[in-house]
Amino acid sequence: MSTLLKLDGSDGPDPFAAVGAEDELPASGPVVIPLARWERDRDALRARPSPFGIRLPNVVDVESLEASVLEAGLLVLEFPSFGDGRAYSQARLLRDSRGYRGELRATGAAVVRDQLQGMARCGIDRFELRADQSLELCREALREFSIAYQPARDALPKVRELRLAPNRT
Amino acid sequence: MYRYDQYDQKLVDERVAQFRHQTERYLAGQLPEDEFRALRLRNGLYIQRFAPMLRISIPYGLLASRQLRMLAHVARTYDKGYGHFTTRQNMQFNWPELARVPDILADLATVQMHAIQTSGNCIRNITSDHLAGVARDELVDPRPYCELTRQWATFHPEFNWLPRKFKIAFSASRSDRAAIRVHDIGVQIVRNEAGELGYTVYVGGGLGRTPIIGVKTADFVAEVDLLSYLEAVLRVYNLLGRRDNIYKARIKILVKEVGPEKFIAMVDREWARIRDGELKLKGTELDRMREHFTTPDYAALPAVDPSYEEKLRSDSAFAAWARRNLHPHRQPGYAVVFVSLKANGVAPGDATAEQMDALADLADRHSFGEIRATHDQNLVLADVRLDEVYEVWQRLRELNLATPNIGLLTDLICCPGLDFCSLANASSISVAQDVFDRFENLDDQHDIGPIKVKMSGCMNGCGHHTVGHIGILGVDKKGEEWYQVTLGGSAENDASLGDRTGPSFSREDIGDAVQRIVEVYLERRNSEDETFLETYRRVGMSPFKTRLYPTTAAA
Repeated sequence: MSTLLKLDGSDGPDPFAAVGAEDELPASGPVVIPLARWERDRDALRARPSPFGIRLPNVVDVESLEASVLEAGLLVLEFPSFGDGRAYSQARLLRDSRGYRGELRATGAAVVRDQLQGMARCGIDRFELRADQSLELCREALREFSIAYQPARDALPKVRELRLAPNRT
Repeated sequence: MYRYDQYDQKLVDERVAQFRHQTERYLAGQLPEDEFRALRLRNGLYIQRFAPMLRISIPYGLLASRQLRMLAHVARTYDKGYGHFTTRQNMQFNWPELARVPDILADLATVQMHAIQTSGNCIRNITSDHLAGVARDELVDPRPYCELTRQWATFHPEFNWLPRKFKIAFSASRSDRAAIRVHDIGVQIVRNEAGELGYTVYVGGGLGRTPIIGVKTADFVAEVDLLSYLEAVLRVYNLLGRRDNIYKARIKILVKEVGPEKFIAMVDREWARIRDGELKLKGTELDRMREHFTTPDYAALPAVDPSYEEKLRSDSAFAAWARRNLHPHRQPGYAVVFVSLKANGVAPGDATAEQMDALADLADRHSFGEIRATHDQNLVLADVRLDEVYEVWQRLRELNLATPNIGLLTDLICCPGLDFCSLANASSISVAQDVFDRFENLDDQHDIGPIKVKMSGCMNGCGHHTVGHIGILGVDKKGEEWYQVTLGGSAENDASLGDRTGPSFSREDIGDAVQRIVEVYLERRNSEDETFLETYRRVGMSPFKTRLYPTTAAA
């Protein structure tokens, strides 16, 4: 099982169980379901006492997602290969345009040390690390750059703001 | 020119540390080959036919003398003593050793240089007019806008893993010297009827396998909205650009497949959402950036310099060079000097460490310490006093940098081709040499007049063959090198793509073919003032075809 790294550097096992397209919904416990099941399971999930997450394919148009999807306390974004960066834009749109405040998690083959800070900058706060990843190296990666040129969804000081208020550090 | 502040320097230094760590992990077997590949490409490092190739960024082609000296140092210390200026105003080294690349980047960082995003599927070096700030036909200096864009694009977290590479170019003059309509985004800086500055934007132009002229997506974007508009375009592309086929992944294919109207609607929708947000430029930011590109401390000089005029009369070699390699300057008593990197026997765009050092000295003495790289693979000393031009020419001649051929047939653009590049099908440099040998006689070249010959060793089109007045493309036919020829392309305001002449030519026949094309032009033009391009557009392909393929025409 892969490790779940949080934005603050802490880590732990994944509390959510993944439920496949045809699997039975367990009676209790946190689960993540594919977006395709949302309509079918919506009432059941709302009735359960446990938190739930929804996994979004990286071709989904975030702007036209039904508002009820954003009820989920967790949304999982897919980074299926090292070069496929679509979910970076999905993350930005979820945070900026849809105002999503829940947990935003990255999963897939590209959730590796060398992409983590970019993901964090786009508003992702949970990383389902690929099995071969070193937790130590990954923690370090979240601090690789200490400032940034672009406004984004993270706490890094922005160069444009630093220049406008040079006395504030 | 732009000088780093503490923040720019910090980011570049952190990048060097990051890449050093990545290289160490790769060499220790802790980073998979394909992942390291993607990471090293974002630092300009390719693995080529014989060795790695390192591409160093020269933002909008502008270099300080100390930066050019650093490139000379890199050439001497880490390479074979020379470097290659590319069509995107960058510099490439063909022989660095992988393990030493972090040291090269650390050396470059000491003079505010880097190789960030010079390759890979991300936003590449921002290019612009090599005459920015000195051209007479310029509305405003485009470089402050280029630098604002460079900073926005540098390590943009969302756009580091795009479907494909992404190139942005700026122009602010009436005659487009930056080929903006064959870029993923081309920005033309304009003034509207109310007198306000802003941008006309073209999206989806490009060369390569599917050459295409960009479509206008916005007539007028206000000056302060530059970054939000670019971000909207990139976001739409990152989400919807094709990733199933590398040859269909550029934004030009997306624009074509969804149709310009729908594409524009998607961009406008996203832009409307973010336009008044954090990306809006503040007046102070624009002012700060403009202050980096102020007018140099020009001397008050008469427009005509008697000593210069006298040399033109008394030294015919100087006069021939001045006629081709000088460009009028907006400041009286100054000239723009083109340094030709197209000497006979030298690969187009190559410069040795000694030449680079000597040019840095010339720039310090005669041109306010700055040098520019052009997308025609030459260099420019932009601010030379007329009364010093003769001295500069003498020195350039000693350095073999004064071939008087700017804009003429032997000033051809050429990619590294099969000699260096692992993608190439055919040699380009040897064909360039062949053309050079045939047309070296300058009187003939002057008679032929302005003509752009552009050559690529493969479909990727690094030599921009599709927009050459004469374009030459190397193709592989059963293991042999063949060359397809196109006529009538242009990358300027009248941008157009060249038309194929017909079947391709063998390595042996390609030189002859170029010669015949030039002959047809000389016979058909209606006066010496009608350029090759104008003649081709008037008479069309047919007379050229008849001369190139006599047997087919007779059959």
